[in-house]
Amino acid sequence: MDKIATKDVNLFYREFQALKNITLTMKVNKVTALIGPSGCGKSTYLRLFNRMNDLIEGVKIEGDILLDGEDIYSKTMAVDELRKKVGMVFQKPNPFPKSIYENVAYGLRVNGIKDKNYIDEHVEKSLMQSALWDEVKDKLKKSAFELSGGQQQRLCIARALAIEPTVLLMDEPASALDPISTAKIEELIYELKKKYTIVIVTHNMQQAARVSDVTAFFYLGELVEWNETKIMYTSPHDIRTQNYITGRFG
Amino acid sequence: MKSPAEYIQLKKRNQAIAKTTFTAMSLIVVVFLFFLLGFIFIRGIGVISWEFLTSMPEEGMTSGGIYPAIIGTFCLIAGSILFAFPIGVLSGIYLNEYARESFGKRFIKTMTNNLAGIPSIVFGLFGMSLFVNTLGFGDSILAGSLTLGLLTLPVIIKTTEEALKSVDDSFRRASYALGATHQQTVRKVVLPIALPNIITGLILSIGRVSGETAPILFTVAAYFLPKLPSSIFDQVMALPYHLYVISTSGTNIKESRAIAYGTALVLIIIVLLTNLLANALRGYFGNKVKMN
Repeated sequence: MDKIATKDVNLFYREFQALKNITLTMKVNKVTALIGPSGCGKSTYLRLFNRMNDLIEGVKIEGDILLDGEDIYSKTMAVDELRKKVGMVFQKPNPFPKSIYENVAYGLRVNGIKDKNYIDEHVEKSLMQSALWDEVKDKLKKSAFELSGGQQQRLCIARALAIEPTVLLMDEPASALDPISTAKIEELIYELKKKYTIVIVTHNMQQAARVSDVTAFFYLGELVEWNETKIMYTSPHDIRTQNYITGRFG
Repeated sequence: MKSPAEYIQLKKRNQAIAKTTFTAMSLIVVVFLFFLLGFIFIRGIGVISWEFLTSMPEEGMTSGGIYPAIIGTFCLIAGSILFAFPIGVLSGIYLNEYARESFGKRFIKTMTNNLAGIPSIVFGLFGMSLFVNTLGFGDSILAGSLTLGLLTLPVIIKTTEEALKSVDDSFRRASYALGATHQQTVRKVVLPIALPNIITGLILSIGRVSGETAPILFTVAAYFLPKLPSSIFDQVMALPYHLYVISTSGTNIKESRAIAYGTALVLIIIVLLTNLLANALRGYFGNKVKMN
């Protein structure tokens, strides 16, 4: 089943066209990896799905972008409602300067939930899902800044999960982390895809190969090729994909 | 041509000269500051007593205390805070968090900066014309507070704006990505992070308000008024103006000299205390932001 579908999507930053005719679908409970060299448009494409590009002035978007068959750029779509369904994890861990507990509770609170028991439950559940609970359960009131970089990133994942999205967008979630923390995040992605549809942008080809079911290769704003990850990595059709994957440019 | 060894020698010498110069310059600043404080302290401490702080001036201001001037200064601080803080902070929030890059925003910013450069005596004249005469408040705490408030507005707007600008955008993005609205993001994420710096700016502006003379000259300050105000439409004495009066045009300048230094000392102490308070509050809120 298609969770996200885009058809003939073009995106312009003022005069510059950052995405060119992108048609791609993402299946439910699968991990789709977006790969490509810097500036290829993969992060811009990712940000379409929770409308984070709206925050940038001078952005113009054409084409259809559907979540569960619904046009997320239609006039009737409330952006904050959309963002409840589509969680996001950023490149650099960016917990709020609040306690660990309040970081995870934030999404619930801004969405009008006040019931303390409900919040307690969801904070615990989300921290368990992000495999952080055991490390922080005794210091939930401590500042999130006391955690290591890898823990902070898992906290950010928990924060995104707390509002129970169905899609999780990850923008190079491990690029600022050490190898051990990276491995933890990758394991986590493997676990999380049972419940969520995940789209991950990564610079790291091995990572894409390890965690994703489908890989899409972007180059200069175009979607060059996409396929099951296994096929992409063994027999890519396009010579550009082959060159990129084998590390001839990047 | 110099040999490499000579170059190393030369670099070392230049380093030493630069370091010595910078150290000497900052030492000069510190020395002057301590000299000034020490001078006022030594001259002024003699007249300071509980009585000096709590009694009315007497005998043509050549003896007695400065109680009404202290109270007057506090009234003016309170009045200008009430007026300038909300307007200044809200404008700063508007400029940094809401206003889009546009001609209007640049215009407001430029005007705010220009406003900050206007000499305070001009504010005094303006305050007299608008508040005292046109609006008919007369020489009063109200007119003086509004004038002082206007004077500090640009500073407050600017500090608020700078404090908000220094909040990393990644926090805003994280908040939006969780479905928070613009208003929630500003209120729950951006403001708490910026608060320590905003508060520091506000308190430093109090320091400025308490020492200004020109803006209150035509709007509120009384030459000699040995009683306390009973409403915001009353005139008051104020420390900086009192200092000016007894140093230049008192009934007996020589005899009031000691009182002048005492007044200066009290004024300096008020300013120092507000600055200390600013630091303490920044520390306190800084911790609080991290903790919750």
